[in-house]
Amino acid sequence: MRLLNRSAGRLSRHRRGPIAGLLVLVCGLLLTGGLYAAFAPAQADTDQDEAALIKEGRELFLVGCAFCHGQNGEGVLTQGGSQYGPPLTDVGAAAVDFQVGTGRMPMAQPGAQAPRKEVVYSEEEIAALSAYVGSLGTGPAIPDKELYSTEGMSEKEIEELVVRGGQIFLANCTACHNFEGSGGAMPRGGYAPKIRGVDSKHIYEAMLTGPQSMDTFSDGNIPPEDKKAVIAYLNELDEAPSYSGFTLGSLGPVSEGIIAWVGGIGVLVGFAVWIAAHTTRSSKKKDEAAA
Amino acid sequence: MTDAHDNHSDAGGVELVGPIPDPGLPEHQWRPTDVDAHQEKRAERQVAALFGLSALATIGFLVAYFTLDIGDDWHLIGGFGASTMALGLFLGLALMFIGIGVIHWARKLMADHELVEMRHPARSADEDRDVAVQAINDGLAESGIGRRPLIRNSLLGAVGLLGLPAVVVLRDLGPLPGDKLYHTIWGKGTKDKPMRIVRDGIWTPILASDLEIGDLVNCQPDALHNPERYDIDPSEVEGVNLQIHKSKASLILLRMNPDDIKPGKDSQGNSRENWSVDGIVAYSKICTHVGCPISLNERTTHHLLCPCHQSTFDLADSGKVVFGPAGRPLPQLPITVDDEGYLVAQSDFDEPVGPSFWERDYYER
Repeated sequence: MRLLNRSAGRLSRHRRGPIAGLLVLVCGLLLTGGLYAAFAPAQADTDQDEAALIKEGRELFLVGCAFCHGQNGEGVLTQGGSQYGPPLTDVGAAAVDFQVGTGRMPMAQPGAQAPRKEVVYSEEEIAALSAYVGSLGTGPAIPDKELYSTEGMSEKEIEELVVRGGQIFLANCTACHNFEGSGGAMPRGGYAPKIRGVDSKHIYEAMLTGPQSMDTFSDGNIPPEDKKAVIAYLNELDEAPSYSGFTLGSLGPVSEGIIAWVGGIGVLVGFAVWIAAHTTRSSKKKDEAAA
Repeated sequence: MTDAHDNHSDAGGVELVGPIPDPGLPEHQWRPTDVDAHQEKRAERQVAALFGLSALATIGFLVAYFTLDIGDDWHLIGGFGASTMALGLFLGLALMFIGIGVIHWARKLMADHELVEMRHPARSADEDRDVAVQAINDGLAESGIGRRPLIRNSLLGAVGLLGLPAVVVLRDLGPLPGDKLYHTIWGKGTKDKPMRIVRDGIWTPILASDLEIGDLVNCQPDALHNPERYDIDPSEVEGVNLQIHKSKASLILLRMNPDDIKPGKDSQGNSRENWSVDGIVAYSKICTHVGCPISLNERTTHHLLCPCHQSTFDLADSGKVVFGPAGRPLPQLPITVDDEGYLVAQSDFDEPVGPSFWERDYYER
């Protein structure tokens, strides 16, 4: 106040210096301009970026996806009336990020199963495709990292999360994906894939969008915090050692039985045959040899 | 053909020779180790070497026991854990080499006798049979069982009474189930407090508006976690009782496109139209074949597959069997929403859940 009001304590406490008003005006202008510079053009930039991303995504879509999913993602029917490529208008960006990000799309050929394979598109291209398909209609967006990451949680919190996640996993996921997430068979040649060692984001997106024949587990079905628990449980499984023993793919009694009956008992039968087999015989006589 | 015929007619003219004489046993052939001193020495060394390998493995076991930690080295040796792997492997090898050594010894060096056992008829000689019959008759006569009815009758009474423990013990498997197979805890809801449907493992009630088309929820009745709300004694849903209730009341809930649903008929022949809420349908999770819990659902076809024997049910069509050995459709639970918007059961199932039993009724959907 001393600077703006030099007369304070001298002639009158209410008289200001001649340049005080000017200074206030300049400060106000600078502040307004600065704030505008900081916010408004940035907004315009992201809008432009988003539009450019969607445009780029549309171009990629027309080349790589439109043949099966239609030029505007409306889906394509076969002549027989069955679905060739399903409509993508309401699947959301998360579905694209999962399907393309795990290499399931583009499919090599139509069939009962879209297998996981090498990823074809780069990360930027996947982002553009997701943005484009996300702009077509409703559907879940790509989840933020804090929804599925346990970063910054204490050891005890993570442990509680893992226990809860295990219960939810056993109630909802085990039926198809096996109790250790090793996957399993489904009707008509399909299968529920192995879900161990899968990126946390992709697991979250799979629950959210229900890829292929999978049911969806929307946020109204399994709340986000419980989805995180399931992911924490799966990650814990990955880190858990299998103490001294073959897991045999963790497939349960089928693979264990095959190994025990064919492998284990086969070796025992081999020993039994060896024990009872005739030994080599010589044509020499005993006294001949002695002589 | 002609040759064979000619030979046959020729044979008729030739004088028949008697039966082929017993050629006796072939001469015994010795093993190389029996006739060759060099071979014998070699086999001896082999057996000794096998026993030596066993001794080495035993020493390896002892070394592993004292040098390798049991603790945190589970990732060593292909993820098996160095200590456990080494202990098991060395002990197994030690025993196996002793076994192989002994057998090799027996095959190569131990006495080489040939034993011949001649065939003989299974029937005993007549004298032996007479002696046996005589012995039994003598025994009966000496015991005097025919002359002493007191002993005979008390023996029969004692043996007969031995059947009772079997009856009592088997009775313990009961009591008969009565009408328990016809009811589940879903029927315990009241008019004011209908039984809420809650998420299995999360135990929160479900707002109908929260579910999206394509959602599948594995559910349980609220009473299992919250018995007081329904005036149920908590001990009724603890321990083994909880498992019994879960084995009958487990539920799967799906939201599908309402146009996909073909409502069937209930046991009175009325339409099941009002059994669902905006495309949300609920079915028993217990397979009608042998009672496995099933939730392998295909979202695109609404087909629910049982992993045990591949029974498949169409959940858009009153749970009808479309494949597999199940004999009855999956029971459907009529649902509605309570005044807070949560999904609740309208009533119990209108038929027994789970596998078939003798007295069970069946009705057309």
